[in-house]
Amino acid sequence: MASAATVFWLGLKELRELSRDVVLVVFVAYAFTLAVFSQARGTSSEVHNASIAFVDDDRSALSRRLAAAFLPPRFQPPRELAAADIERALDAGRFMFVVVIPPRFEADLRAGRRTELQIDIDATAMFQASSGASFIERILTDEVTRELQRSDEALDLPLRLVVRKAFNPNGDVVWFNAIVALVNQITLLAVTLTGAALIREREHGTLEHLLAMPVTAFEIALAKVWANGLVILVAAAFSVSAVVRGVLAVPTAGSVPLFLAGVAIYLFFATALGIFLGTVSRTMAQFGLLVILTVFTLQMLSGGNTPVESQPEWLERLTLVLPSRHFVSFAQAILFRGAGFDLVWREFAAVAAIGTAFLLYAVSRFRASIAVGR
Amino acid sequence: MANRAPAGTVAEVEGLGHRYGGTVALDGVTVAIPAGRMVGLIGPDGVGKSTLLGLLAGAKRIQSGRVAVLGGDMADPRHRDAVCPRIAFMPQGLGRNLSNELSVFENVDFFARLFAIPARERPARIAALLEATGLAPFPDRPVGKLSGGMKQKVGLCTALVHDPDLLILDEPTTGVDPLSRRQFWTLIADIRRERPEMSVLVATADMEEASRFDLLVAIDRGRILAVGTPAELMARTGTTTLEATYVALLPEAERGPGRALVIPPRPPFDGPPAIVARRLTKRFGEFTAVDDVSFEIARGEIFGFLGSNGCGKSTTMKMLTGLLPASSGAAFLFGAPVDATGVAARRRVGYMSQAFSLYGALTVRQNLVLHARLFHIPAARAAARIAALEERFGLAAHRDDRAEILPLGVRQRLSLAVAVIHEPEMLILDEPTSGVDPVARDGFWELLVELSRGEGVTIFVSTHFMNEALRCDRISLMHAGRVLACDTPAALLAAAGTDDFEEAFIHAMADAAEPAGAAAPPPAAAVLHHGGPVRPPRFPGLTRLLAYAHREALEILRDPVRLAFAFGGALLLMVVLGYGITTDVEHVRYAAFDQDRSPASRDLVAAFAGSRSFTGRPDLADAADLERRLRANEISLAFEIPPQFGRDLARGGTTELSVVVDGANPARAETIAAYATSVVAGHAADAVRRGSPLPRVAARLPAIEPRFLYNPAFESKYAIVPSIPATLLMLLPAILTAVSVVREKELGSIVNFYVTPTTRLEFLLGKQLPTAVIALVAYMLLVVVAVTLFGVPLRGHGPMLTLCACLYVLATTAIGLVIASFTSSQVAAVFATAIVTMLPTIQFSGLFQPVSTLVGQARVVGTLWPTTYFLHASVGAFTKGLDAPLLAADALALAAFVPVLLAIARALLPRQEV
Repeated sequence: MASAATVFWLGLKELRELSRDVVLVVFVAYAFTLAVFSQARGTSSEVHNASIAFVDDDRSALSRRLAAAFLPPRFQPPRELAAADIERALDAGRFMFVVVIPPRFEADLRAGRRTELQIDIDATAMFQASSGASFIERILTDEVTRELQRSDEALDLPLRLVVRKAFNPNGDVVWFNAIVALVNQITLLAVTLTGAALIREREHGTLEHLLAMPVTAFEIALAKVWANGLVILVAAAFSVSAVVRGVLAVPTAGSVPLFLAGVAIYLFFATALGIFLGTVSRTMAQFGLLVILTVFTLQMLSGGNTPVESQPEWLERLTLVLPSRHFVSFAQAILFRGAGFDLVWREFAAVAAIGTAFLLYAVSRFRASIAVGR
Repeated sequence: MANRAPAGTVAEVEGLGHRYGGTVALDGVTVAIPAGRMVGLIGPDGVGKSTLLGLLAGAKRIQSGRVAVLGGDMADPRHRDAVCPRIAFMPQGLGRNLSNELSVFENVDFFARLFAIPARERPARIAALLEATGLAPFPDRPVGKLSGGMKQKVGLCTALVHDPDLLILDEPTTGVDPLSRRQFWTLIADIRRERPEMSVLVATADMEEASRFDLLVAIDRGRILAVGTPAELMARTGTTTLEATYVALLPEAERGPGRALVIPPRPPFDGPPAIVARRLTKRFGEFTAVDDVSFEIARGEIFGFLGSNGCGKSTTMKMLTGLLPASSGAAFLFGAPVDATGVAARRRVGYMSQAFSLYGALTVRQNLVLHARLFHIPAARAAARIAALEERFGLAAHRDDRAEILPLGVRQRLSLAVAVIHEPEMLILDEPTSGVDPVARDGFWELLVELSRGEGVTIFVSTHFMNEALRCDRISLMHAGRVLACDTPAALLAAAGTDDFEEAFIHAMADAAEPAGAAAPPPAAAVLHHGGPVRPPRFPGLTRLLAYAHREALEILRDPVRLAFAFGGALLLMVVLGYGITTDVEHVRYAAFDQDRSPASRDLVAAFAGSRSFTGRPDLADAADLERRLRANEISLAFEIPPQFGRDLARGGTTELSVVVDGANPARAETIAAYATSVVAGHAADAVRRGSPLPRVAARLPAIEPRFLYNPAFESKYAIVPSIPATLLMLLPAILTAVSVVREKELGSIVNFYVTPTTRLEFLLGKQLPTAVIALVAYMLLVVVAVTLFGVPLRGHGPMLTLCACLYVLATTAIGLVIASFTSSQVAAVFATAIVTMLPTIQFSGLFQPVSTLVGQARVVGTLWPTTYFLHASVGAFTKGLDAPLLAADALALAAFVPVLLAIARALLPRQEV
């Protein structure tokens, strides 16, 4: 049976070695500070600085006012475009949106005749096309309405929708991206550190050396799990308080200790995955290739980047077995929605159950791999 | 002796210094190497032999001092390029410059191509070399599956294929069995008889072997101790063996106690044997590593295992320690069977594995303390024991040094201290002294003798030093998995009728009836009879480029992991990303908090139910319920219908309806809000049309008609799926190329590039092309997956897109080459490539944000990154249905990247080891 003392001392050795490995220490430091920061500030899939052009065949005061309504930061200053050039401009990706104002638009509008505005949208810009179009529609409608209200005593629509965004009222993408980045780094680093520690031990021959002593494979694996898991947990705690809440000023709705408790549970799975991949690959280079494939796949399928609801149904059901999916889910629930233990305990339990099962599997693979020899 | 040798020198070195970081490898070396001789550099590991040879071969950049080889300055690149075809360099390590995946013939052929030997001459020349070295029966066997001795013969063939004038061999026989070693030297002697003008320069740590050389250069700590013939040196020091000569040449402080090692006779000891091996056999697949090995070791005995690398010594020892289960047979320690999982027996055994296997990052003290704890020695006793061991093993002065910076001899003492920390009754030591200098080796043996004779510890030690074998009480000769003989050294010598232990070993090997392959080779007469001087082919550069490309292609095709990564990885990620990245917002769960419950409010709720974007959930009971279910992620959208909703609506005027969207994911929230707005607007417009009492603006507003071009159904797959290949064909080929270059650095075969006439561009293109071809095949597969699995048709100009893909993979593999130039380990290459390439690929190339919306630095990076253009071409060809002329602009942009990136990679690639 595992001796707690052995696991403890081996884990302490693990920490000592890690602290001397400059490359890994820098990697951890980078991942939980700069990487989180730059990812949070980096991409946004919201409409920002969108390129827009106007085909103004009306050339009226109103048509000019419509163009002038498109303002930064959402839109770049609109450019003029000839009708004949629309297709070429969109083919080349020069603009995402082209608004076409037909001849006699203002005159027709004032005369109460039926008028029409056309928006050509490059629908290959998936992330902005739809919401961009709806912004444009709203801006155009508002401008025209204002114009009509100035001249007429006309009334507004019967229903007006007031949208309130819960948990992130201003729709600040930095909040979301910061947590996604943190969650991704936790998985990547936990897998990499643990797997690399295992392979280093094997490549340096110290694994054999340990096994020739009264030390079991289970103890070696457990030592790596707790030591590397602890490093990640501390780094994550630092990142969430100093980087996410501090530098990025993202308010977290729920309890940070509850989140960290969840991270601790999740780390059993992530470090076990590191042990598994470290066992499967024969060299550090193979391990690197495997980590990239595995972690990338996990990140894509776990709902951090795109919500799991959008996956095809068969895939959505399949991803229920991924602890990372539940991790992403409870991380968002706690940090954004302020969910308490009563709302996330099921996910905690799922992560713990799947993680434990996988850890046992990984350790048995590890033990078997040693018995088979190099 | 080499009487026919031409006069003069083949190499001269003056004031040569070399350092690695803070470590001095060579310190003002001045020596002249006479031509046409066999010259040996002697000294243990780490004294600077390899550095000197590397500098002479042109593999290393000269830091200070002067090196002249074959009549010119090696610091002058023109001279180096001119003479490198006349030099052959075989680096240290068994088959280090060979490719394990390639066959014997392919390896030699690769070198023949590098030296631009014309295709029609190559087969005959290679056949003659294989014949001469006895490798002729195995031209197709992968080098990785050869024994150490055979690998060295292949190495020799590759060195001789271009008739060098200077042959440089770095420890060619270390780790090779005695018979192969003898054959190797016979072969060299034969070749020298054929070509007396050829100079041979050999480094060796084996002093006995060095006695055959014409001239010796003894080296210690980067300085020359002495130069002379073996006889001269022995006479000068008044010693009888070269090992003693070497020690006598050392400065006084390093000579050690100067007393010969005395091994007292073993006191008689009765009782059951400590170790019994009974018909132990270990098979790995088809390969039998240990074949039917039996022996007994008595308590307190020093029992030696003598044999070459890979003969089964380590495997046998691992079976005895329980690290490896035996395939058949049994082993007993102290009368109890060795159980692979048993822990109890391990407390009575100390094991020291072959390589240095302590924690380099821990100090001497920390290593000792850790091991004491792992053996559960009580703290107080452990402290006393550690203090005693540090004293006795001479470790006290190094107590707080990290183990990785210790000199080799001290490290081995630390390993031994760790192995005995729990006072075991038995020690199993696997090649504890390999590479250790003679003085430290004697010191180490003194400790062993003390343990054996003083404390009655049974010692089972393996070695490949013949003279160490003589120190054992009994010795077992091992070769190719079998024990050839087992007796006291004296008896073994007597049985062979010789006083030379190597002779005795070879005698035992002959007795054991060697299989074919190790049989003595035919005389080397055929070696050089390959007809006149080499006429170089028209384009030697192209030949060399293709040689590298050919080798690279064979290696990748035979490496299942890299192949699986290239194709399997691409397909897996294509599927995962294709399904995983989607902006389609569907099945948004919503619930209504209907405080009105009028027909008008039910109408509105029904309007949502009719949209495919929304999925209804039971109504909300109250505001708290709303909050809770949003929090629990049960719903993403809630709308509150006020109590007077129906009445207000009927009365006219504007009624406000408030909705709450889960804002956790802002992009998704924005889309949901947009959808909800359009559902409500549609509903309101319907209401107006149905006959609203008052004229409203709504009736006069222009009809706004959004046209979603290229993708009318606005399904994200039409945009996402074609952009995935652009991402994957960046990541995977760049990683694979970087790894393939760095792999050469890590394994050491990059030395072939340093010492052959290969130019940087030939090397880079040769490395790049096979990966680019693989990437292009992967591209085709991805297109097929996109069209069939995801149902995204290729509407535009396919051939032009393929041209873009060709140029794109050339650019991405070239990026791999650039990254390879500043990484030195494969794992660093993998992660560095991933980190460096993914940021611009994902953020600045138009994957999530169109390039036209980027500003400032992001725009600059996006414009200067090839993915931007291929992504545009791919999405353009698939979804926009663009024709050839519109794609040609992207092709042109991509074409510009290739030469620029290659020029950068070329500039960053050092032509010599720094």
